[in-house]
Amino acid sequence: MTSKVTILDYGMCNLLNVARAFQVLGADVLVTDDAATAAAAERLVVPGVGAFKDSVDEVQGRGFDQVIRDYVATGRPFLGICVGMQMLFDASEEFGEHRGLGLLPGRVRGVPALTTEGAPQRVPHIGWNHLVVPEARRSWEGTFLDNCVDESPSVYFVHSFAAVPELESDRLADCIYGGHRLCAAVQRDNLMAVQFHPERSARQGLGMLQGFMQL
Amino acid sequence: MSNLRIIPRLDIKGPNLIKGVRLEGLRVMGDPQEFAVRYYEAGADELVYMDIVASLYGRNNLSDIISRAADQVFIPITVGGGIRSVEDARHILRSGADKVAINTAAIARPELITEVARRFGSQAMVLSVEAKQIAAGRWEAYTDNGRERTGLDVVEWVQRAVELGAGEVLLTSVDREGTRKGFETDLIEAVSRKTGVPVIASGGMGSIKDFISAAKSGADAISMADVLHYGRMTIPEIRMAARDAGLPVRLT
Repeated sequence: MTSKVTILDYGMCNLLNVARAFQVLGADVLVTDDAATAAAAERLVVPGVGAFKDSVDEVQGRGFDQVIRDYVATGRPFLGICVGMQMLFDASEEFGEHRGLGLLPGRVRGVPALTTEGAPQRVPHIGWNHLVVPEARRSWEGTFLDNCVDESPSVYFVHSFAAVPELESDRLADCIYGGHRLCAAVQRDNLMAVQFHPERSARQGLGMLQGFMQL
Repeated sequence: MSNLRIIPRLDIKGPNLIKGVRLEGLRVMGDPQEFAVRYYEAGADELVYMDIVASLYGRNNLSDIISRAADQVFIPITVGGGIRSVEDARHILRSGADKVAINTAAIARPELITEVARRFGSQAMVLSVEAKQIAAGRWEAYTDNGRERTGLDVVEWVQRAVELGAGEVLLTSVDREGTRKGFETDLIEAVSRKTGVPVIASGGMGSIKDFISAAKSGADAISMADVLHYGRMTIPEIRMAARDAGLPVRLT
């Protein structure tokens, strides 16, 4: 059976690359800026590249915050990517204090500019980094990450800010940057989101998107 | 520190991948798509496309090439050359690029850096710098593919651009570009020491030794063209050699 994936277009970029990645995997992809179409999705994806405030403003200005809330409540699979993950949290500190959608408790904070040993490090965190299983989980079994090609997949990150979930149980994957444990993915039931870019993470990332299509 | 990135650089003129020496004396290499797909499949960490005549004509003509690449290449793509406005940046990002690299227009109007960073995030705003040495330990920023002087000191300009919102620096040594004589490591060191954002070293890679010395000089990513286009080295060979030298690289 063909897997149907609906991508929410809220006026920011990067939708096409996410769409292309799902298409290559054989999904029936629909990119929509229509609230009713998004609400009826079998699988809804909210990508994101850009600044937090602009993204949230676009989403709220189009009434999509309520669409996302209602959709998530249906129990159908939801995937947020990058800023599409950050938006799910209570608030962000990027360019001032801004409220998010509040679907997951926690804040979006700057990636630390110093390592845990006090040495300066690069921000944004750009490049390939390994995912690790957070302390509160035993494995990725049964999650969409289970489908990637090895145990410690390397995926592509580009971000200056990262979500800090209040609940350890919401963390699905972490990465280590300068000794800091950054939240790389979250999952609460059908609500899933990743800070990295699976659509830019070659085979490993495509494997994860395939995993999402099979949910 | 993040894994050191291996970034093939594709300089484009019209429909063709080209390669020059010191950004001049261009030679047509072929269809950029064939090279891009080959590098992606060989494990490249990112790709950089540069429209090398865009500044001359005042616009970037890569959107078709980028959109074709994005159908087959699932790693980040940076595109530079002739991007003059937020609208230009949006057009290129909509074609499938993840980041835009801006030189000439940012020097003409530095606020553009802030505008692009605010709209698309700092991570999408790469400052492209064409550096020529003017004295020991001093470099001047050039525009229009190494043809026009600006009077700007490279290190000072990079610091200012980062304050304005540039999230990464593509640092090209015009003196070394295409020469296979090795990266200008003093330049890499001078810039990377003075900035908190990642630096992509570009221009001059002739051997794996050059790759290692660029990494040790502080480069976060290394861009290369000549060695790959002419098939003198493969990406897996570079990756293995880097790993053997104790450098952190992605294991594909």
